[in-house]
Amino acid sequence: MIYLVTLISAIVVNNFVLTYFVGICPFIGVSKKIDSALSMGLAVTFVMTITAVVTWIINHYVLIAFGLPFLEYVSYIVVIASLVQFVEMFIKKTSPALYRTLGIFLPLITTNCAILFVALIQAMRELGFLESMVQGFGAGVGFTLAIVIMAGIREQLEVADIPKAFRGAAITLITAGILALAFMGFTGLTSA
Amino acid sequence: MADVAVHRSITTEFMKGIVRDNPVFVQVLGMCPVLAVTTSVANGIGMGLATTFVLVFSTLIASTVKGVVPNQVRIPVYAVVIATFVTIADLVLKAFFPPLSASLGPYVPLIVVNCIIMGRVEAFATRNRPGISLVDALGMGAGFTLSLMVLGAVREVLGSGALLGVPLFGEGFSPMLVMILPPGAFLTLGILMAVFNAVKAKNDPVLIRT
Repeated sequence: MIYLVTLISAIVVNNFVLTYFVGICPFIGVSKKIDSALSMGLAVTFVMTITAVVTWIINHYVLIAFGLPFLEYVSYIVVIASLVQFVEMFIKKTSPALYRTLGIFLPLITTNCAILFVALIQAMRELGFLESMVQGFGAGVGFTLAIVIMAGIREQLEVADIPKAFRGAAITLITAGILALAFMGFTGLTSA
Repeated sequence: MADVAVHRSITTEFMKGIVRDNPVFVQVLGMCPVLAVTTSVANGIGMGLATTFVLVFSTLIASTVKGVVPNQVRIPVYAVVIATFVTIADLVLKAFFPPLSASLGPYVPLIVVNCIIMGRVEAFATRNRPGISLVDALGMGAGFTLSLMVLGAVREVLGSGALLGVPLFGEGFSPMLVMILPPGAFLTLGILMAVFNAVKAKNDPVLIRT
């Protein structure tokens, strides 16, 4: 039950993009087409789940065990950077088309705040192993949901007559604001 | 690219971070601290200065060691350099400014993954000499801090009816709570960005990017 609550909380109630503002760069940068938004979401979900697991192990069996909490950020970022490098090589080998779509944003998953945020928040909230994994996965699904909805709206916006000054990032942010308002409706669904 | 940069004057290099290539309004980078901590001006300044500190030292180190770092592992190497300076900034904030550190919360460690820092390191510091990289970092840092201050000011005045904690309006003012909640952050930044575009288009029609 607690895992279900954690999952729902991470997907809709505390959606990482719309309530914690993490992962905004790809959210704005890769949300022009639904297909590429979906692949970005899946790549992030994959990296996020593995990150949650690996950083939990490092936090408990290395950092806490040896009294090295000040190395937290350095060790997390090394884990994330290596994971992303690995995913990048994997996608390049298996799907060159996908590799071209994600382009510059794949290495930028390293600097996707959402990934590091998953690692930080599980240490901060002192989550258990499974809970931490579920939260990482849920956060990834939540990110995917948000970016796909956003891409859907932006495909429609292409044909809309937007005032010149608002074109580009400005209208995207305002759309995100309205989306965030809608997601606030989920507040109180879970207590976590 | 390197040659062009050397010939440009230091002032232009500094000023481009504030207006022409403003990291927030033009490049749309480093959005997560921009949106998350700008509920007040003080938070904005604190976050801006912490980011500038990390940016300056990371670009200095990166442009100094660029010759000895193999190309394949450069991103992890720079990430570790950045994470080290973020740890320093975080410990300093915790030790000397505990209230600020508490209100910035997890967004201080998140400076590690601020796209502006990795972006400047990748796009500028690894292609230029340390001196000019320092100027570039200072300009970008100043542009970032200013943007955070403006956004923080708008949201604090509308959302809590105060500026730097000092109440501005009388009893009759009811604050627009939404401005300090997540949607307010997106809406304010979106509108400010449009204003920035409009002003820029008026003054300099050639430079605007659509």
